[in-house]
Amino acid sequence: MDKFVSSTRYLDYNASAPLRPLVKSAMIEAMALTGNPSSVHKVGRDAQKYLEDARRSVSSSVGAEPSQLIFTSGGTEANNLALSRTSVRNYLISGIEHDSVLATAPTSTPIPVSHEGVIDTNILEELLSKKRGPTVVSAMLANNETGVIQPIGEISKISHAYNALVHCDAVQAFGKIPIDMKSLDVDLMTLSAHKIGGPKGIGALALGPNIEVEAQLLGGGQEEKRRAGTENIVGAVGFAETCSIVRKDTDEMDRVTSLRDQFENSLKAKVSKVEIFGSQSPRIGNTSCVRLPGKTSDMQVIAFDLAGVAVSAGSACSSGKVSGSHVLKAMGVHTTAANESVRFSIGWGTTKKDIEVAVKTWLNLYQQTYKKTRRNAA
Amino acid sequence: MAEIKRLKLPIYLDYQSTTPTDPRVIKGMLPYFFDKPGNPHSQTHVFGVEAQDAVDEARKQVATAIGADTREIIFTSGATESNNLAIKGAIGFLKKPQSRIVTVSTEHKCVIEACRYLESLGHQVIFLPVNTSGLLDLQKLADHLTDDTSLVSVMTAHNEIGVVQQISKIGALCRENGVLFHTDAAQGVGKIPIDVNRMNIDLMSISGHKIYGPMGIGALYVRRRPRVRVAAQIDGGGQERGLRSGTLPTPLCVGLGLACQIAVNEMQEESERIKSLRDRLRDGIVTAVPDVILHGDFDNRLPGNLNLSFAGLDGQKIMSAIPDIAISSGSACTSNSIEPSYVIRALGFSNEIASGSIRFGLGRYTTKPEIDYTVQKITDTVSALRN
Repeated sequence: MDKFVSSTRYLDYNASAPLRPLVKSAMIEAMALTGNPSSVHKVGRDAQKYLEDARRSVSSSVGAEPSQLIFTSGGTEANNLALSRTSVRNYLISGIEHDSVLATAPTSTPIPVSHEGVIDTNILEELLSKKRGPTVVSAMLANNETGVIQPIGEISKISHAYNALVHCDAVQAFGKIPIDMKSLDVDLMTLSAHKIGGPKGIGALALGPNIEVEAQLLGGGQEEKRRAGTENIVGAVGFAETCSIVRKDTDEMDRVTSLRDQFENSLKAKVSKVEIFGSQSPRIGNTSCVRLPGKTSDMQVIAFDLAGVAVSAGSACSSGKVSGSHVLKAMGVHTTAANESVRFSIGWGTTKKDIEVAVKTWLNLYQQTYKKTRRNAA
Repeated sequence: MAEIKRLKLPIYLDYQSTTPTDPRVIKGMLPYFFDKPGNPHSQTHVFGVEAQDAVDEARKQVATAIGADTREIIFTSGATESNNLAIKGAIGFLKKPQSRIVTVSTEHKCVIEACRYLESLGHQVIFLPVNTSGLLDLQKLADHLTDDTSLVSVMTAHNEIGVVQQISKIGALCRENGVLFHTDAAQGVGKIPIDVNRMNIDLMSISGHKIYGPMGIGALYVRRRPRVRVAAQIDGGGQERGLRSGTLPTPLCVGLGLACQIAVNEMQEESERIKSLRDRLRDGIVTAVPDVILHGDFDNRLPGNLNLSFAGLDGQKIMSAIPDIAISSGSACTSNSIEPSYVIRALGFSNEIASGSIRFGLGRYTTKPEIDYTVQKITDTVSALRN
């Protein structure tokens, strides 16, 4: 297998993962296509075939019907499409959701999470029992900052008992844990390609049987009138190929998880009290959110960058602003601690060496900070 | 005839539906697809910065192509999204209970649908008629530029009949009357000269895949001086100055930038070449076949467009008789549902003529032998079907 080669160690897969070489080949093949899938002539029909094959591949990855899968420009658009529902009166949204969920339903009721980053289903039930009128519950399958996996099956069961619709942002979980829409019983599920080695600019919203959306992009009636605009075929083909690789290479996540564990164990070996957020909860195997006391997230990120390691503090979209992580805040983490945490996220191309360099850099930084703190205290 | 035998079939003559991606564009995009994984919004490490630099360069190329400032370019997933953002966003931002929007009955489906949606919210939409050659009567437009009109939306160059509207004059009229002017230039950018300042354009939609760039990318030009405001339609991380959330697809942005740059650099030479092929196609057909109706003004027209009806014949029938030439009847989005073109009907033609219309879209890779083959095939097919 080709390797993703770079002089810098890339540990920011949850922001965007490098494209997989096999996806590259599939996309280059699709780039040679010309047609618009809505055209009637043969060139258009060929394009249509690529698009529909891609739709089958992506939908089968999450156990959805192909006819219930809408391609979008990415996770953000899919979240917007899922949650823009004029008849809905109440949105119950967990406090750890991505900005694209929080911003779409600004007048929502937050569902609290535990200190370990798990949505509190008892409080969810309590909130639901007080709501009247059409209600949507939105909860992510795995958090982008901590990697904590949410009890979506249970959330669906409770929500459906109160006739609420369930939307699940599965962008970070997709391709990292097995997903079956039917057994999770969610009504709307958001997917994205570029977080697992597919191309940027393509995502999808999968709908459960008999679930509909209110189209937000209006026009030519593509995607069964649910999302207008000429379809991004090269993107869809890349997305489908990504799904098929992830399905076939079932060992990949074990490999990634053991690298992540190696990272955390190496830190623990030297600093026994190291704080790793959400580590007592079930997590996806590629994410680690670690506090380095006495050093702000921004300073850490810069230090890592100078050492040739790319990491981030919180999600990429908000990494420009210094407002602290809303996810850690929702978990009840003290502001000081939240502002001293950095996210390490890895994936298909990560090597042992990458982990070793990251560990070494972290420990150096820890020692520097610790020495300084001790000197100051003395 | 030896030349014709060497032709690669099918012949693609549907460039207004979508264009092949220029190999130079593909080459420019590849590194950003495969070797540079950064999220352009991660500003804390080199990968993110590298991606951001590439997006900035692309934004500059798009801006330069239309005489705009880089800060006036918002990347979107395509022209449909740009049109939705411009129309729904401009009216949404005003927060008036009732605004008036003036547009044209022959606009692209996505403009019409966005307007219809606003109508359902209580706004008033005027769909202006066009004359039989597809041109808008500016006096009719001027009559509607009253105080309570908030937005005018007129397509630069038409996707079906190729007609190029008098954008400079429309822009000047709107500016004089203090009305916002949006134009869907998905078919116009890179094919005819466009300058947003000279033409007084406030909002302009751009597409990647109509100008030899990739699918899945477009842009919206939003004027800064005097400042034009639109309400975001996709919320989230606040990318694109808060006007359009979502991770930018770096390689697709790079592709759109390159496509704009190439198109503008080569516009003059390319449009002359394509125009002469288009004229050859028309001359060839009308000399050999009687009762051909040309749709759309011939002088104010995209170089690569020809739209014809053959009296008494259905467009679908002609198309299915010539499977080795990719042409279209109606526009691509509507051509899955086989109904008479609403555009040709708006020109005042009957259902029968509208169903008979065929669009020939010529472009960067169209060759003379392909045109000669097409003339021959159309001539043979039409006379066979008519007999």
